[in-house]
Amino acid sequence: MTFNKNLKNIFLVVFTTLILSACSTAKKSGDMDGDVYTGKETVKYLASGVPDRVFFATNKSSLTTASRATLRKQATYLRKNKKLNVTIEGHADERGTREYNLALGERRANAAKDYLMTYGISGKRISTISYGKEKPVNPASSTLAWSQNRRSVTVKVN
Amino acid sequence: MKKFFLALTIYFISINSTYALIEVDITRGNLDPLPIAVSPLHVDIKSVEHEGIKVKELGNNISSIIEKNFKNTGLFNPLKKEAFVQKPDIAHLKPRFEDWRLIKAQALVTGKLLVKDGKLKVEFRLWDLTAAKEMTALAFTTTPSNWRRVAHIISDKIYERLTGEEGYFDTRIIYVSEKGPKSERVKKLAIMDQDGANTKYLTLGNELVLTPRFNPTNQMITYLSYFRNMPRVYLLDIETGRQEVVGNFPGMTFAPRFSPDGKKIIMSFAEDGNSDIYTMDLETRVVERITNHSSIDTSPSFSPDGKYIAFNSDRSGLQQLYVMRSDGSNVKRITFGKGIYGTPVWSPRGDLIAFTKMRKGRFYIGVMRTDGSGERLLTENYYQEAPSWSPNGRVLVFYRETKAGSKGEGFSATLWSIDITGYNERKLMTKTDASDPSWSSLLSK
Repeated sequence: MTFNKNLKNIFLVVFTTLILSACSTAKKSGDMDGDVYTGKETVKYLASGVPDRVFFATNKSSLTTASRATLRKQATYLRKNKKLNVTIEGHADERGTREYNLALGERRANAAKDYLMTYGISGKRISTISYGKEKPVNPASSTLAWSQNRRSVTVKVN
Repeated sequence: MKKFFLALTIYFISINSTYALIEVDITRGNLDPLPIAVSPLHVDIKSVEHEGIKVKELGNNISSIIEKNFKNTGLFNPLKKEAFVQKPDIAHLKPRFEDWRLIKAQALVTGKLLVKDGKLKVEFRLWDLTAAKEMTALAFTTTPSNWRRVAHIISDKIYERLTGEEGYFDTRIIYVSEKGPKSERVKKLAIMDQDGANTKYLTLGNELVLTPRFNPTNQMITYLSYFRNMPRVYLLDIETGRQEVVGNFPGMTFAPRFSPDGKKIIMSFAEDGNSDIYTMDLETRVVERITNHSSIDTSPSFSPDGKYIAFNSDRSGLQQLYVMRSDGSNVKRITFGKGIYGTPVWSPRGDLIAFTKMRKGRFYIGVMRTDGSGERLLTENYYQEAPSWSPNGRVLVFYRETKAGSKGEGFSATLWSIDITGYNERKLMTKTDASDPSWSSLLSK
């Protein structure tokens, strides 16, 4: 969102990491770690124990540790179900310009795709689409809703 | 769609180039709008009925549209008709200047019309009441169904004569009509006259459509459609309704705009998650890559001479504005202020770039010189973006969204306009919620 906020987020992440290494309890407020959503409220499952989505920080497309763990579960699931193809939908929150958000959603979808590929899933099985800010999962205008909307969602296509 | 360019004959009754005493300075916010009397046009008694047209009321209706146009500029103050001192037909021949001055009018518009043989003949005169002189006069012949456009063309001629600038009334705005709950919006392309009349829907709402933009030289539109769930840039001819996908790109194309000569489309293409800027020549179909950077490069807009391109990129870490030559060389960052910047749009006059700025959770529409200096923020709001210029470069139209409650309630999207002086912020009336406006060129140019 704003530069200041981003600085704060970076600071929070650093802060969190420091505490983690010290006593392994992260400083979290509810279902948020920094401004990345960590809850389960909107999450669906591709199969038991395989969450369908990962969440991002404002204006970012980098994968968090939790996101990578989720995607590794998806990769394992996809390796077991060799005929299954997926589409990864990339989304942004509503606090940006429409066109930039389309690009950002595309980048988020591809971040998830690239990670699945590094775990052996063929790029041919994964298509991507960006919806920018057009399809919020939570229509509220709140920090929580925006964090739930900054996401990439893996959807089965067959 | 109905053929748009109807035969329109315009000729000067007389050209009176004597010095006028009244003029309107539009380079600053006008706190003292020019008092103008718009007399109803006199309806010639030889007029005959015409299907679908209320001929007897036509004189009043045309003058009402002219008044509304003037009022919306913020530069004019149309006076109440009750105070008018002369009958329309007599005033049109020769106003009693001193009587009109008594009601504090400085300019007077008179006219008459005749509907006969399936034709509408209109003439009007603009009078300088202070100098007691005719300033301009014009006559038109057109089809009666064209009467609203006649009112807009008269408005343009008067605006031009009084401000020295081209008008923007005989124009249309294309936008995205929105309906339904926030998480399941149905979006359609819609078009209306700049005053909100004649709304028409160009798509059915079966697929998501975004960011329509006018070709500055004709009645073509470019926009983003999710047809078959493949987001691509499309071209639409609003006269014939024919549409086609632009180019043969293997991934999402978006953020389209026309070049100033209307011959190219500039847009972003996202490949493996990275968005760069491309152009496609609509005649030769030749595609050129303009930027090649691992950051997001989007929202490109040509300068009116076609030599430069403004765009936004997050290559510095966050979204900022850049200008480069049209071949992609000589990229220069132009924004260094606090906050992030998007949607640069080059003014049709070439001197300014309009943009969206985001800072501390607030959204601004602003203008700056093309080197990034002289930033002026015109309006602040919870959410607003996507400015589009009036063809004369005096007014911006953009859209706003409101903050929604926990279930999405209270959400709305509306179109607004503001003068580049920062004055005269105004909501545009649309039949549905609306976003992504784009202003056409003058239709009768």
